[in-house]
Amino acid sequence: MSKEYETVIGLEVHVELATKTKIFCGCSTAFGGAPNTHTCPVCTGMPGSLPVLNRQVVEYAAAVGIATNCTINRFCRFDRKNYFYPDNPQNYQISQLYLPICENGGVSIETPDGGKKTVGIHEIHMEEDAGKLVHDEWGEASLVDFNRSGVPLIEIVSEPDMRSAEEVIAYLEKLRLIIQYLGASDCKLNEGSMRADVNLSVREKGSSEFGTRTETKNLNSFKAIARAIANERERQIDIIESGGKVVQETRRWDDAKEYSYPMRSKEDAQDYRYFPEPDLVPVIISDEWFDEIKSKQPELRDEKMVRYKEQYNLPDYDIDIITANKRLADIFEETVKLGSNPKKVSNWLMVETMYLLKEKGLEPDLVSFSPVNLAKLIKLAEDRVINGNVAKEVFEKIFDEDIDPEEYVKENGLMSVNDEGELRGVIEKIIAANPKSVEDINSGKLKAMGFLVGQTMKEMKGKADPASVNKILKELLGI
Amino acid sequence: MGLMSLTAIQLGNKIKSGEVSVSEAAEAALNDINKVEGTINSYVTVLSEDDIKKRAKEVQEGIKNGIYTGPLAGVPVAIKDNMCTEGILTTCSSKILNNFVPTYTAEAVLNLNKAGAVIIGKTNMDEFAMGSTTETSYYGATRNPWNTEHVPGGSSGGTCTAVAAEECSFALGSDTGGSIRQPCSFCGVTGIKPTYGTVSRYGLIAYGSSLDQIGPVAKDVADCAAILETIASYDPKDSTSVKRDDYDFTSALVDDVKGMRIGIPKEYFGDGLNEEVKTAIFKVVDVLKEKGAVVSEFDLGLVTYAIPAYYVIASAEASSNLARFDGVKYGYRAEEYNGLHNMLKKTRSEGFGPEVKRRIMLGSFVLSSGYYDAYYIKALRTKALIKREFDKAFENYDVIIAPASPDTAPKLGESLSDPIKMYLGDIYTISANLAGLPGITVPCGTDSKGLPIGVQMLGDCFSEKKIIQTAYSYEQSREYVRCSICE
Repeated sequence: MSKEYETVIGLEVHVELATKTKIFCGCSTAFGGAPNTHTCPVCTGMPGSLPVLNRQVVEYAAAVGIATNCTINRFCRFDRKNYFYPDNPQNYQISQLYLPICENGGVSIETPDGGKKTVGIHEIHMEEDAGKLVHDEWGEASLVDFNRSGVPLIEIVSEPDMRSAEEVIAYLEKLRLIIQYLGASDCKLNEGSMRADVNLSVREKGSSEFGTRTETKNLNSFKAIARAIANERERQIDIIESGGKVVQETRRWDDAKEYSYPMRSKEDAQDYRYFPEPDLVPVIISDEWFDEIKSKQPELRDEKMVRYKEQYNLPDYDIDIITANKRLADIFEETVKLGSNPKKVSNWLMVETMYLLKEKGLEPDLVSFSPVNLAKLIKLAEDRVINGNVAKEVFEKIFDEDIDPEEYVKENGLMSVNDEGELRGVIEKIIAANPKSVEDINSGKLKAMGFLVGQTMKEMKGKADPASVNKILKELLGI
Repeated sequence: MGLMSLTAIQLGNKIKSGEVSVSEAAEAALNDINKVEGTINSYVTVLSEDDIKKRAKEVQEGIKNGIYTGPLAGVPVAIKDNMCTEGILTTCSSKILNNFVPTYTAEAVLNLNKAGAVIIGKTNMDEFAMGSTTETSYYGATRNPWNTEHVPGGSSGGTCTAVAAEECSFALGSDTGGSIRQPCSFCGVTGIKPTYGTVSRYGLIAYGSSLDQIGPVAKDVADCAAILETIASYDPKDSTSVKRDDYDFTSALVDDVKGMRIGIPKEYFGDGLNEEVKTAIFKVVDVLKEKGAVVSEFDLGLVTYAIPAYYVIASAEASSNLARFDGVKYGYRAEEYNGLHNMLKKTRSEGFGPEVKRRIMLGSFVLSSGYYDAYYIKALRTKALIKREFDKAFENYDVIIAPASPDTAPKLGESLSDPIKMYLGDIYTISANLAGLPGITVPCGTDSKGLPIGVQMLGDCFSEKKIIQTAYSYEQSREYVRCSICE
């Protein structure tokens, strides 16, 4: 390649909002359910039915807008996007084009070189999801399931501010964390509650003109996004290098084949004939409502990171891991509130929790134990009621079943044996049985101490307090 | 004279007093339907005698038990076939809905059911309410009971003929551009188009969502006021529904127009208005003047732009509203097709009639990229200006008097050959829809051919009571005239 190219990327991110009911009717948004059981005349497009806006959708959309530094349009409107497709029962989608709820925002991300940059957000708008086509593999027919029809979405449209897959993923991670912190969505790419379409063009480095862009759809993981970006960049550069012209089109990514193919070009792009939805009145966010939404805004990650440093004096490394997931941060704060030492709580979360998550192949969102049980465990260990190894064992029980550690330790007799008389007797026996080790120690090979401690612990079935064992051993050996 | 010659309130009183049973009233309606329906074709669907009797029995019980206490309890009603009725075929007079049985009932109809009215059937209309003659119905044209060579007007033609020909006691229509007021005028009956937002649109199969309103059609003003009082309600299921504190429309049934300020827009009485119609309207004005109303003429210049603005907005909304009829979920589906797109194309090509297709194409065009600003946005602006002009007029007048149509009912077949002429016929009625105003049409005589003439009275938004009072006062000066077919 003789020339150097720059990749220019903008994203359209769809996020499914965590409302209990659909955007324009009272039907449940719950996932699963037998086909067409979460439906009514409104979300199946029955003649004569009318949409009624779910206020929670506006609140979530505005909350995301506020958190991403957007201007919130206090007067916004819905528009109809007209196109024929059987999963779309009215053959129009209620969306926002002319007056979206949020505009002109942006979030700051870290670039691969460790610097910071802002990715602009052009707009965020509210819209309804479509149903799902089910293709009958045995028959000639396709069937429609409208359970998803009318599930609320927001679409977050970025400016073309990203230059690499790393930046794209940093931006998506940032959005995901913000939205998860707000409780507006669980943002799972693999389950489709967060979907990203990549608009990408390339241009010669230094050029100020944009190249012709393509839109790539069907990206279900960060890895798929990274692969699709690399692939599309190469594809466009190849076209340009060989004297061709990139065609503006929508492409579909096949992650298994690591290949994208064109879905439709600009020429056969549809005319959606947008116009203001006459069945809905404009959305007016009054000062009171706006203040209410703002007051409900939780502390976001960036603010939390600063506070953890100031309030708990945790190392940056700890803060980074704990705040990377709202669930962990919540457990951290609640446990600390119960009186536990912040660094100790952090250690349990960062080390043991992360280890168990990895071991069991779970996402941090699924951590379900109660802070009160973690606090009790920390107290048991601090008071030396149990030793470190036992604590780890008990923690796994807490992690799996959220057991009460006090009761569990009692029921299973896991308390450390700190009774000097009993310990002394056992250690005396161990010393007598291991003259070689004693000899080693006496000749300065202190490593053998460890062996004797281990033997003692074994004899005590792990319940001895290691500090006491050490103390008595040293005393008996006269060192 | 049968029971259907009574007004709804008169019949309701007889039922309440026990003089007439609910079944007798329903049977009377069915008898009259049997007599004239073959000639008039007011109905797309008449309910089975069994179903009607079952409902009549239930209502009779309800009256006895004090559940139904209103004036319409037990009174037979006909519903325009664009309002959803659970378990009852609802076609919009279109082939594309030839098998559509809704799973729910429109709010306005539900309100009637709660008042104990007995549904007799679903009335014929122009397909999807697009037309002014009730000739575009897939189920055959409806004929004017005053002279069956003539059309009844439209689109609520069947609704108005069912009332005029005494095939029901009263009926519901819908009005997007005059579809209640114009056929009332042609059929010699009374009807109200309420202020936009007064009657819930939930369950009304949309034509032009921002213009559609359901309203009553009956023999006189008192009936219409009582029916409107029953069907009007704030409905959270309709976002454009308005919460009002004056649903007591019957309280305006007062014979008094002293000091009522009546405006006559000059533009409504110029070229194109039939002289006989003009004379009849001015006779109404004279009656009101005599009763103490203060009448003056004024300019309402912008209404000349109403027709193009209306057809752009209504067609645009219709093109989108009618997209859902695609053969996938309900209604007609082409019998033979090859793949999805072919199925959609054939279903819609075969399922819609020519007038509906014309408006879908017109609407799709004005919304398409590059034309949206030039047509649709401009039409919306015109709509806003017309509203402002009416606002100004209503600073000076309580009621505006106008014809309901430039002429009396044309002969069958005369209008469809020249759609532009048909569209122009809506000149006096569509402004009320663009501005959201309430309007009433009351009969005020006949022309030399013996065809009825109606006078239209318009009020400011939420001023139904003023037009009801004015219409009621005028009505006291004349007798209700039955059409000859009822004899």
